[in-house]
Amino acid sequence: MLTLTCPYCGISAEETELQAGGEAHLKRFGPGSSDTEFEAYMFARKNPKGVHFERWRHAYGCGKWFLTARDTATLQVFGTYSAQTPQPTPEIIAAIQAARPDWHPDGDAVNLQSSKG
Amino acid sequence: MSENATPASKSTGRYSIFAIAREAMRLHTGWKQAWANPEPRKKYQVVIVGAGGHGLATAYYLGRNYGITDVAVIEKGWLGGGNTGRNTTIIRSNYLQDPSAAIYDKALKLYENLSQDLNYNVMFSPRGLLMLAQTEHEIRGYRRTAHANHLQGVATEWIGPQRIKEMLPIINIDGPRYPVLGGLYQARGGTARHDAVAWGYARACSAMGMHIIQNCEVTGIETEFGQVKAVNTGKGRIECNNLALVVAGHSSHLAEMAGFRLPIESIALQAMVSEPIKPCCDLVIMANTVHGYLSQSDKGEMVIGGGTDSFNNYTQRGSWHHIEETVRALIETFPMLSRLKMLRQWGGIVDMTGDRSPILSTTPVKNVFVNCGWGTGGFKAIPGSGWAMAELIANGRPGPLAADFGLNRFVEGRFIDESVAAGVAH
Repeated sequence: MLTLTCPYCGISAEETELQAGGEAHLKRFGPGSSDTEFEAYMFARKNPKGVHFERWRHAYGCGKWFLTARDTATLQVFGTYSAQTPQPTPEIIAAIQAARPDWHPDGDAVNLQSSKG
Repeated sequence: MSENATPASKSTGRYSIFAIAREAMRLHTGWKQAWANPEPRKKYQVVIVGAGGHGLATAYYLGRNYGITDVAVIEKGWLGGGNTGRNTTIIRSNYLQDPSAAIYDKALKLYENLSQDLNYNVMFSPRGLLMLAQTEHEIRGYRRTAHANHLQGVATEWIGPQRIKEMLPIINIDGPRYPVLGGLYQARGGTARHDAVAWGYARACSAMGMHIIQNCEVTGIETEFGQVKAVNTGKGRIECNNLALVVAGHSSHLAEMAGFRLPIESIALQAMVSEPIKPCCDLVIMANTVHGYLSQSDKGEMVIGGGTDSFNNYTQRGSWHHIEETVRALIETFPMLSRLKMLRQWGGIVDMTGDRSPILSTTPVKNVFVNCGWGTGGFKAIPGSGWAMAELIANGRPGPLAADFGLNRFVEGRFIDESVAAGVAH
């Protein structure tokens, strides 16, 4: 069973105690943005096979949202960190690169087209 | 399947009672391989990535309906080894929205004649399918679906708990936690042999001269001036005029190679089978409130499907606690299951969209087409999906079946909301 450590209360919580919240670090596009930007924010997802940053809530614990770096292919957890950060922290990137030396953070720099087609 | 490459054979021989008699006379020494195992050519008119049901059906209808046979279907693993071989083989078309009813009912109608069409017994068994209503919400949802199906010309009916008990004596309709309050019944629904669907299509494609290339992983997609040029694979570079990505859970991975993103998240969905027992259940039962669905295979095993994981993953296992949740809920409704031993459990990676409807679409890269997003219920759609996808590739634009399932719907907000019909794994 997937086990994550809540960075707020420090409890090592099992999957059944947590609620998954999908991809983290999405840049919000609200009213006034273009259709394409809004669609990409609402629906287009990296959905990587490998390192994934995601939101979790310690639903049956302290109730707080936090962020996790995890490998979606192996379920290896690289670490959890505060939700009050707009991008992965240097510590979490170092933890990922220690386990995956050829992995590089792509962040928002990835120049992908939207899924409009 | 042989591990060695064999030359493409134009004819695999027609299966019939006479062929069985002929082979019986010569001790079954004359059966040929059902499909050839060729090395890839340098170039094809159409390359389809993914030799599961949907990919092979796409290839088959390209040949059958449009005469396009310069086609390669390339597959990372083995033919039908992904979700085609991992589902619980349920076939139905009782969806709420009109575009869904059209494509799923097309699939069901094609399934009804598929064995004759392919000259391959896919063991389609229209034994009847029942979706149990175990809450007041479900009663309202399914009655609405029954009305919608009536307008769509899809025969379904709402039936009460007493009739359910008569149809299925092993069911406990009294609850207390999950009483059976009624159900949505589709008499034409049922199951088919999932492997045979993939094998039948593969054999028919191979007979038309198409290439099915297994153990051939795509490692990159080459584009030039916004148009696809070639795919790089474990067996070399293959040029193509058209590329179709039909890879279910790995759609995002392939789309990234082509340079675009999809509104897809990949999640593990699991199922299990019990030890074989005598026939006790001649219906397909879906119990969406408790996230469980049940049918009995021809071997006598109870085939049980469970819920999806809550988080993205590619593990083909599924979370342990979902097994307990599924079984705990099902044994209240089917108490006799509590004494059964479970033999096998497995998972598949399903490709979930936000509106629980599939994507059959052109993409930002010219001549690249996607067929994905079937989520937890793709098996039932295989023939209809292949039919619509072949039309999309052959004409370069979607026909009536695929028109509403384009990627544009996520920009324009024209969702095809099937969360009631498909909110649970099925």
